[in-house]
Amino acid sequence: MDVILELLQKDARITPQEISKLTRIKVDEVKKRIKKYEKEGILLGYRAVVNKEMVKDKESEVRALIEVKVAPQKDLGFDKVAERIYSFPEVKSCYLLSGSYDLLLVVEGRDLKTVSRFVSEKLSPMENVRGTVTHFLLKKYKEDGIEMKSAEEDRRLAISY
Amino acid sequence: MKKTMISHKVEQMPPSGIRVFFDLVLGMKDVISLGVGEPDFVTPWHIRESAIYSIEEGYTSYTSNKGLVKLRTYITQDLKKRFGLHYDVDEEILITIGVSEAMDLALRALINPGDGVIVCSPGYVSYAPIAELAGADVHRIILRPDNGFKVTPEMLRQAITPGTKAMVFNYPCNPTGVSYTKKELSAINRVLERHGVFVISDEVYDELTYDFSHTPFATLPGARERTLYLNGFSKAYAMTGWRVGYACGPKEVIAAMTKIHQYTIMCVPIMSQMAACEAVIGTRKPVEEMKREYQRRREFVVDRLNGMGLSCHKPQGTFYVFPSVKKTKMNAMDFASRLLKEKKVAVVPGTAFGPEYDGHIRISFATGFDKLKEAMDRMEEFMDEI
Repeated sequence: MDVILELLQKDARITPQEISKLTRIKVDEVKKRIKKYEKEGILLGYRAVVNKEMVKDKESEVRALIEVKVAPQKDLGFDKVAERIYSFPEVKSCYLLSGSYDLLLVVEGRDLKTVSRFVSEKLSPMENVRGTVTHFLLKKYKEDGIEMKSAEEDRRLAISY
Repeated sequence: MKKTMISHKVEQMPPSGIRVFFDLVLGMKDVISLGVGEPDFVTPWHIRESAIYSIEEGYTSYTSNKGLVKLRTYITQDLKKRFGLHYDVDEEILITIGVSEAMDLALRALINPGDGVIVCSPGYVSYAPIAELAGADVHRIILRPDNGFKVTPEMLRQAITPGTKAMVFNYPCNPTGVSYTKKELSAINRVLERHGVFVISDEVYDELTYDFSHTPFATLPGARERTLYLNGFSKAYAMTGWRVGYACGPKEVIAAMTKIHQYTIMCVPIMSQMAACEAVIGTRKPVEEMKREYQRRREFVVDRLNGMGLSCHKPQGTFYVFPSVKKTKMNAMDFASRLLKEKKVAVVPGTAFGPEYDGHIRISFATGFDKLKEAMDRMEEFMDEI
């Protein structure tokens, strides 16, 4: 992976000037590559990682992982059904898996009722959906490589040889 | 006058003049420290986990004096794989409490009173005092910024006398970050070989070499039998607190060192040795990731320092730079003290590494990028204000 992407993934606030200083790639070249990645859909966005364990967000108080069994369609496989499902704004993530079920969804809603209603009224009745299992999420420890805890303090002596 | 209880030798050891400054730093809050001589990473989890597991499994005993056979095997295999260096697992390797103990053992095992030992200055703080404690007549080679703080064959020729027995060599070097290419080392080796000088080579920063691949001194032609290879886990694996190092070399020297080691240390704590085993055989991903990170910070720091008038060479290894503060007309201690008081940034005055270096400071970039950025901004402000 391009080192520019690596650095942006770690810290989206890093400026092209800083990237240039760290990598010795010229600033203009850094900017050019970032533009290109944005255009090509490689860089999809820049956002903060919020520890939702610590803040109240009414619209996503309740999260659930939902296993979905799907009947694949002729010629289209799972893609079309998946698209119909992941287009709902409640669906935050959607994966196709091997194993005993087909799709895994991460769904967010303001309360248990909202999520349950999404499952019973939107998801389950869909033509190709054969069954669902809903797991409500109790606690998030780590996501995308980030541990949901505050930074560890530096335990080293402030000065040493 | 009251007669002192302390031995003459220890009485004569120069007190670290820098201690006062260190205490000042340690007593202050909210300081961004660029004075730390250890990685800012915590030991990778797989290594910590293996130590916890070993304790749960009841590994709480002594090990053989030389260290766990398992660890010695892994290390010798690793040296063979990485450098083509062959050491016998039973007779040519000793596990020590970091490189520090290995250095002390080596000097005590080799030196008779009055034997000459060459050390480079600026250099790591312990070499000269422990050589003197071992009875050596220490000769310091004063390295200069105009040739990038490198020791040359010519300097060595001038330093070597008929009494010279050994040289303590450290590369990549703390505090300058200087390292040597194979060609440079070969030239140095030829001089030392001609005069039969034994080399104690501290290569603890070897994994943190950036511009060329590291060449262990013992791999140079004819050097293996005249070289003690010292290395450890502190820097590459972020394992400073575990205190594990090792010495590899001719069996006669290792046997002599083992004699002292068995009477003084007995063995390195078993949990630390178990952790070190995992470090050698486990995933190298964290090591490589840390190295990449240091390398980037190096570019950043060297650029910023030169930009604000603190001229410095780009270090070829370690996580240190050794810039000159001459432009400020202050000496290193004044510079460091004022920077600490006025901007709350800590650096180590160059005098810590040799009395000649009062025009330099050591900056460690083993600090997270955000803090490093902040520290550089503060230093730039400081440079503008003075």
